[in-house]
Amino acid sequence: MNKRNSIDDKFLPFQIKSAEVLDIIFRKYGYDFRQYSEAHIKRRLYNTMIISGMKDVDQLESRVLTDELFAARIIYDLSITVTEMFRDPGFYKALREKVIPVLKTYPFIKVWHAGCATGQEAYSMAILLKEEGLLDRSTIYATDFNQLALKHAREGIYSSDLIKEYEINYRLSGGKEAFSSYYTADEDYVIMRQSLRNNIVWANHNLVTDSVFAEVHLVLCRNVLIYFDKNLQNKVQNLFYDSLVKGGILCLGSKESLKFTNCYDLYNELDNRQRIYKKKY
Amino acid sequence: MKYEAVVIGVSAGGMKAMKLICSLLPKTFVMPVIMISHIGARSDNEWIGLLNRKSNLIMKEADEKEMIEPGKIYFPTPNYHLVIEKDKSFSLTIDEKVNYARPSIDVLFESAADAYQEKLIGIVLTGSNSDGTLGLKRIKDLGGLTIVQDPQEAEYRSMPESALSVKPEHVLPLKKIIELLININSQNTERP
Repeated sequence: MNKRNSIDDKFLPFQIKSAEVLDIIFRKYGYDFRQYSEAHIKRRLYNTMIISGMKDVDQLESRVLTDELFAARIIYDLSITVTEMFRDPGFYKALREKVIPVLKTYPFIKVWHAGCATGQEAYSMAILLKEEGLLDRSTIYATDFNQLALKHAREGIYSSDLIKEYEINYRLSGGKEAFSSYYTADEDYVIMRQSLRNNIVWANHNLVTDSVFAEVHLVLCRNVLIYFDKNLQNKVQNLFYDSLVKGGILCLGSKESLKFTNCYDLYNELDNRQRIYKKKY
Repeated sequence: MKYEAVVIGVSAGGMKAMKLICSLLPKTFVMPVIMISHIGARSDNEWIGLLNRKSNLIMKEADEKEMIEPGKIYFPTPNYHLVIEKDKSFSLTIDEKVNYARPSIDVLFESAADAYQEKLIGIVLTGSNSDGTLGLKRIKDLGGLTIVQDPQEAEYRSMPESALSVKPEHVLPLKKIIELLININSQNTERP
């Protein structure tokens, strides 16, 4: 959370040549942000400039080119997404009511959580599967290309302040257990229970540059595609389509849609409001 | 057209102001209006439907990658920042809160200024923090028109008061702001 309330005249009109910076990041470090939402990228780069006390984009450019640690920080900053456990409780309710019955028909269940960031939603999924008696025969592939976020996810340690909000989400999503039974807490932090992690495989995967790695029954990718432009959204949707079994389920964020992609006709809507789709046979 | 879009930021006390704007803008108002208010993360935006009945224009939630069209008033989705791309479409993000807010007025204003440059009108109305000030500055720096509600009249004065530091072109009571917008709109649409 940042609080900015003073006008700093040092930073005159910001006309950043963000495309050039993104080119350098791609050529030198292999991370491809060139098809990300431009308005989003510009804002992140601009914030980095201010925090690092830079005056213009040329300074930013040369620093990215010469300073690997700085570049790593920028790459982290551009790729981090904010997430919560049981974000959008209505979605998890629909998952429980409409998707779990489909999953129950499989002898074993493979879930791909694409863009898991710091892991909150992967743990939410594990909790849900556990409560439905499915966790033991499930594997959750939780992937992200942000190595630091993935490390955080694997550790499963979150601040106690956040947990209160998560617990409200959990309740609203129809959770009936004591939420505190899923973690061990001290004053400031909680750590998620080992039993939830046994079936989660944390792995590095880049949606922009990597391809299909498994055939899965359920793909969750929520609030990742909003950062991509339409072409990239389309490309990634094709990746999901190719990864799903026939009759498999695709879950997107509540503001994301298949509408602009060429995959739209290849799914049936299972829950339109919660953006849950079922791949046609 | 001299101006192509209007962005408005409101916070505390904003519902009344938004109602007034939505009911007074005429059917002939061409410039799209994007109105950012500090809505709660769990709001369902049902109130847009209620306001819609009182308005001559089409009011809707701004959808991800939706193209911005004339004759519409757009509102943000709770718990997402709203930004405008160069091609005049919306994007949503769930970046960290700015000024304790998501959506944040600064975030919308700054991206809108980049997209519309000098063809943008930015307005800061009633509210109880300082969100919108930096965004309004960006609009002014890039040549857009800046307007602030007279803090004397605003239900909560600190947000418009903070925005005065930008030295906006107009400081007016809300009704005068609406009149000004209607005037600009008719000059916009006049054919030489």
